[in-house]
Amino acid sequence: MSDAREILVTARDLWKAYDGGRVPVLQGVSLDVHAGEVVALWGASGSGKSTLLHLLGGLDAPDRGTLQVCGRNPVIESDRLELRRRHLGFVFQLHNLIPDLTVAENLRVPALAVNQPAAATDRRLRELAEQVGIGHRLTHRIQDLSGGERQRVAICRALMNSPRLLLADEPTGSLDETTGDLVFSLLKELAARHGIAVVLATHERRFAEACDRRLRVRDGKISET
Amino acid sequence: MRFLSLIPVNLRRHRLRALIGVAGIGFGVAAMLTILGIVNGAIGMFEHILSTDSHYLVLEKNVSDLFFSAVREEDSAAIRALPQVAAAHPLLFGIVSSPGYPVITCFGVEADDPRLAQAEWRAGARADFGRNPGEIFLGARAAEFLHAKPGDRLPIGPVTLRVAGVLKLENGFEDGGVFLPLAAAQEFFHRPGVCSVLAVKLRDQAAGAEFRRAVEAAHPGLIALENREFNQSYQSFRILKMTAWAVGLCAFLLGGLGVANTMLLSVFSRIREIAVLRVCGFSERQVAALILGEAVAVALGGLAVGFALGAAVLAVLPHVPQFQGYVQADVRPLVVAGIVVTALVTAVAGAIYPAWFASRVQPAEALRYE
Repeated sequence: MSDAREILVTARDLWKAYDGGRVPVLQGVSLDVHAGEVVALWGASGSGKSTLLHLLGGLDAPDRGTLQVCGRNPVIESDRLELRRRHLGFVFQLHNLIPDLTVAENLRVPALAVNQPAAATDRRLRELAEQVGIGHRLTHRIQDLSGGERQRVAICRALMNSPRLLLADEPTGSLDETTGDLVFSLLKELAARHGIAVVLATHERRFAEACDRRLRVRDGKISET
Repeated sequence: MRFLSLIPVNLRRHRLRALIGVAGIGFGVAAMLTILGIVNGAIGMFEHILSTDSHYLVLEKNVSDLFFSAVREEDSAAIRALPQVAAAHPLLFGIVSSPGYPVITCFGVEADDPRLAQAEWRAGARADFGRNPGEIFLGARAAEFLHAKPGDRLPIGPVTLRVAGVLKLENGFEDGGVFLPLAAAQEFFHRPGVCSVLAVKLRDQAAGAEFRRAVEAAHPGLIALENREFNQSYQSFRILKMTAWAVGLCAFLLGGLGVANTMLLSVFSRIREIAVLRVCGFSERQVAALILGEAVAVALGGLAVGFALGAAVLAVLPHVPQFQGYVQADVRPLVVAGIVVTALVTAVAGAIYPAWFASRVQPAEALRYE
């Protein structure tokens, strides 16, 4: 059955190797991601999930193959910048927040990159913080938060500029099971509420099974399960 | 440009590092302000000594320093007789010593010298200047540090002279110096019949070129310079100014290296953070502007601290007895502008490499960086 929804990601025959080609990571990967769907890249550590996610987000460039994300080519610097500013949000396994800034200051960072007016930024960050249950923590420093709270801040930061696609690299990987479940549910709920597509790299079957689509990544190749 | 609001946030977060940068630039600014203020003040005082009630200075040609210039009495008399000249005052410079004070400026002048007329006579009378042999007249500051009053006998070099008067003068070198009648000074310094410089007042300033031609034609060993020309060409002033700028620039170079070091450390310790900024949509230019902006903010802080410190030092130095009143700081707007520009250029130059490095950070690689 064909999917009529808009295609956000079109990747064709992506190849990527490290160490001068001696360590092949991706070998001819192709995939599509549609608007609003939650897709799991499921596989063991070292299978190439994070590398694929990095290629989709323009954090790294493929050695070969073609890639379109939200109508842009992440290999081109100007397109990549526009993607990061307007179309993509990133959530990492380690929250990658700036530790000695407050929650609010961390959430303002993406808005500063696009010179969004202060009032609109503050309105947006309060709204998102309330939605993930950290509205009372805005003035707290990151080092004063728990792991789950930090990851919720990271999700809010990824959503600050209203992206169309969220790239989440093992967002529950550093959390205990209960907190991981909560963060995953939150991610799905927010994606649905804001109409955002999510590509989630995970090694945990239960999260993969809870996604709209599962793509198994093994030895640098991808297959739908 | 709202992203620049991260600059104060980053400086606050790394306040110790920022303060070290501020201190580096601050000391450079203070050093430059103090040195240039003192040197310009000294030059200004010297210029004032020469230009008191005169338009032209006549001195020996190609002389390395005014202290070695010799204008003979007969030449002075001939120049005085020129039709363009309203008045001409010989001045013999020297340095004398008194126990505990090895360097005291000494002026050999005639009784009708304008600086004696313009001074405030606190003791003694101008009419007595040069009337009796073996007498010396003290600037008020010199009388203060020499603890001398009229009637005292003061050892000056190998002789002892009687203090015959105390006069208050505006100029620090004069007020902290001593005055001898020209003939007595010539004898004291073993320079019979000569003065260092003849300060000439013209009847009509427009006749300056004609006066100069007349002097240089009749006295090939002498040169006549307008005060302004003299100030610009006098080798000692140029050496002093160049030395002051060189020392100040060295201080800035150290400050600049401090900023470079601070900003490099700052960038290296924030690699992950810079990667996060890039992932969040910061462009290479924005990251570089952030680092350069932090350096400029450090420089502005250093300027504020340095000017406050330098001003405090310049306010205190004239009152330090050991300086004998010879320090009269002169801080000109051009010097202030020069220091501001130098501080900013130094800080920005020091931050160029760190900024470039930061802008080249590859997010994927840097996020793996520990």
